[in-house]
Amino acid sequence: MLKYILKRFMIMLVTLWIIITLTFILMVNVPGSPFNSDQSSNETIKANLEAHYNLDAPYHIQYLNYLKSVATFDFGPSIKQPNQTVNDLLGRGFPISLELGLVTIAVAVISGIILGIIAALRHNGFIDYMAMGFAVLGISIPNFILATLLIQQLAVNLNLLPPATWSSPAHMVMPVLALATGPMAIIARLTRSTMLEVLTQDYIKMARAKGLSPWKIVFKHALRNALMPVVTIMGTLLAGILTGTFVIEQIFAIPGMGKYFVESINQRDYPVIMGTTVFYSAFLILMLFLVDIAYGILDPRIKFHKKGGE
Amino acid sequence: MEKILHVENLHVTFTTYGGTVQAVRGVDFHLNKGETLAIVGESGCGKSVTSNAIMRLIPDPPGKITNGSILFKGQDLAKFSEKKMRSIRGVDISMIFQDPMTALNPTLTIGTQLMEGLRTHRKVTSEQAKKKAIEMMDLVGISNPEERLKQYPHQFSGGMRQRIVIAIALICEPDLLIADEPTTALDVTIQAQILELFEKIQDTTGVSIILITHDLGVVAKIADRIAVMYAGKIIETGTKREIFYEPQHPYTKGLLNSVPRLDLKEDRLSPIDGTPPDLFSPPQACAFAARCPYAMEVCDKVYPADTELSESHKVSCWLQDKRAKQLLALAPTN
Amino acid sequence: MKPGNELKTAHSPSHIPDDWFNWKEKDKDEAETVARPSLSYWQDAWRRLAKNKLAMLGLVFLVLLAIMAIFGPILSPYQVNTQNLPNQYQPPSAEHWFGTDSAGRDVFTRTWYGARISLFVGVMAALIDVTIGIIWGGISGYKGGRTDNIMMRIIEILYGLPYLLVVILLLVVLGPSLSTIIIALTVTGWVGMARIVRGQVLQIKNYEFVLASKSFGTKSARIIRKNLLPNSMGPIIVQMTLTVPSAIFAEAFLSFIGLGIQAPYASWGVMANDSLGAILSGNWWTLFFPAFFISFTMFAFNVLGDGLQDALDPKLRK
Repeated sequence: MLKYILKRFMIMLVTLWIIITLTFILMVNVPGSPFNSDQSSNETIKANLEAHYNLDAPYHIQYLNYLKSVATFDFGPSIKQPNQTVNDLLGRGFPISLELGLVTIAVAVISGIILGIIAALRHNGFIDYMAMGFAVLGISIPNFILATLLIQQLAVNLNLLPPATWSSPAHMVMPVLALATGPMAIIARLTRSTMLEVLTQDYIKMARAKGLSPWKIVFKHALRNALMPVVTIMGTLLAGILTGTFVIEQIFAIPGMGKYFVESINQRDYPVIMGTTVFYSAFLILMLFLVDIAYGILDPRIKFHKKGGE
Repeated sequence: MEKILHVENLHVTFTTYGGTVQAVRGVDFHLNKGETLAIVGESGCGKSVTSNAIMRLIPDPPGKITNGSILFKGQDLAKFSEKKMRSIRGVDISMIFQDPMTALNPTLTIGTQLMEGLRTHRKVTSEQAKKKAIEMMDLVGISNPEERLKQYPHQFSGGMRQRIVIAIALICEPDLLIADEPTTALDVTIQAQILELFEKIQDTTGVSIILITHDLGVVAKIADRIAVMYAGKIIETGTKREIFYEPQHPYTKGLLNSVPRLDLKEDRLSPIDGTPPDLFSPPQACAFAARCPYAMEVCDKVYPADTELSESHKVSCWLQDKRAKQLLALAPTN
Repeated sequence: MKPGNELKTAHSPSHIPDDWFNWKEKDKDEAETVARPSLSYWQDAWRRLAKNKLAMLGLVFLVLLAIMAIFGPILSPYQVNTQNLPNQYQPPSAEHWFGTDSAGRDVFTRTWYGARISLFVGVMAALIDVTIGIIWGGISGYKGGRTDNIMMRIIEILYGLPYLLVVILLLVVLGPSLSTIIIALTVTGWVGMARIVRGQVLQIKNYEFVLASKSFGTKSARIIRKNLLPNSMGPIIVQMTLTVPSAIFAEAFLSFIGLGIQAPYASWGVMANDSLGAILSGNWWTLFFPAFFISFTMFAFNVLGDGLQDALDPKLRK
């Protein structure tokens, strides 16, 4: 198990290093980036940049500096907003984005799994068709379109919910719904198909032959095995939710990290783009790592396999 | 002898994508207390479906018991509700599956899976359950039981897993054990050990066994009586001696000729030509007629009734008719 | 022993005529007939796909969409970017079937131009993914050993990169345009395809017919081309069908964060993004048409992909 974790950890570090290096290489080549010194704007900002990036030094020194600042979690100043560092923006935006993300994941996972189980147990029945029709729609409608539809219907036409910002549970309903529908649909479909597959396994028949009740068979014998694949796609889903927050926060004017990120893209505020990209990537890669570990804990075969050799 | 199980005129069909499959088409047999009955036949002949039907484990849909009765200790299981059936499964009748590699849940410990049946059906404390589990592990010959109860299936070899599956099946002390190809997935040396285990278990617990197999070697070792199945029907039944030494049905003879035997001096195995009939539309008369070297015109027209050759030996074949015997005497080959 | 000596019941039912007891003429063909007509793999797959109503609906929609993407703009008297400010926000009418947008442009015309862009981006991305994925996955799976190990490690690392973040980063640097968007989408997009191809190749490589042709000394490239690829087409086609909608989604998403295709092109994502403000003022059609077409196109590809998956996987055959 330890060897397995260590291997995943090494891969995680390499991936992270690639992202950091990639951002550096790209930014060095972009006109108007901090590394490309012809900054014509505000003098204070220019001074800040000089101080932070040591722009006169050769590239490899700059690269090492950059690695050091990333390692110490210091992403430098913003170009467009004087006296703001990237860290300030992250510090303000991240808690809000995290809240949105966590609520979304909870909603998507719980409702997706329940929907998937019900559909599998009513295989080829009316409920199954309804649930899966709904799931295909959920996968097909992009979150930003769902968001605008929700605003139009629930906020503008029916005036049920506040259309924007982030201050009360009522404000959370639409952004979470818009963001959670896609992942929920994917989880529901996956749970259903693996559940159907698991239900044909011999050990399920064996459990039936023991005279266990259907509930016990589903929850004790089938569900855990059926959820393994769901755990493996959690990384991809998290990435989807995270990038989804960019547009959702923008549409609902939620002052999260995604909103700052999109603004920084539109203003070409390169240090903010770099800082948030690295931060997002680190966060995602860490999540992928945790998902892998979780999978190792859930499936006893992996533990053994890795302990047993290779 | 007391009959523990009596299956009469059992019909099972499956509705599928391509039509209705008549998997079991009127099966009759019985099982006496404490004996081992082997149901033998090619794959697809309906033997596994028959055993699943007794346990009422046929998935419905697509499967359905359309006719017949399954009398177990005088009660008709075919008429039982699913809930009532649950109190029979694992308690009175247990089942062992073909592949021990897939029959155990990979994510639960052996102990959990072993004690589960006991804890569902009997009011026992976890201490008592554990004690019984260790006792069962001992019975099926797994050393270090206390330790091994905490392990997962992948930590056991195939033969060990089959022993565990047997222990699970026996933990509630059932009267009837149905073993569906219990040795097919195992190595030959392990097969012999598992068969010995079956004999030992029958000696110690007196359980009646239905053994489903296509392997006549297995049958020769542990069966008391044999029922030969072909295309959803039982075509010949008899004691082991009767089937092995006095087979009457050409199919039974064919089966015996297609396995190597040490007691016969033939140096060639003769396979049975052709393939089993399509069970989407099985022939109304004898299903084996198309492959039978002795097929007569009558064989395609009317299904032969059972001929009782002895108390225990029955066969469904037109060759038992007097007129066929005359024909055989006149023109023995075709 | 002589059978018949111990008969307990005389087994000679009198209603069966005596002349039926004659050896049957052996009819060779009878034993050999196969009850169901045999269909080739692709015929069988097509038959199954045709039975799937939802998948056929998706297929028909996509065919119609492709036709409209080609001919739609020709049918319309309006130009895609001709602004006509006095004519802004006209609701759908006989003149403007889908209404006009904030700059008075005809939404009907723009929708079909958008279809061109979206389908082009989606199909190109899928084709490039397939090409790289087949080459990479094919070599990796076929060669095995060290080569496979190194190639898989690279895939593993690329797979860990957050897809859309890399795309965003590349577009920030390269500047958004039709070609850069396709490049950015495929830089890491092919990884999924390569994994699938490798898995297929690994599985099929050990089948007897491949081993047989190997033992005849057939060249690797030929084995890959003649044996491995045709037999792994099913999952590759399914993966392609599912790549297209995700590329369409990514393009629309990029438009939303300001990295979309720039004028004079008009993609559905750009149209939807432009009309975000309009929904508050009740000009629903400016958003509705691009939103509907993005969603329904993704829906069509998804259901078609699902249908193909069921149709091409004989294991699921019931």
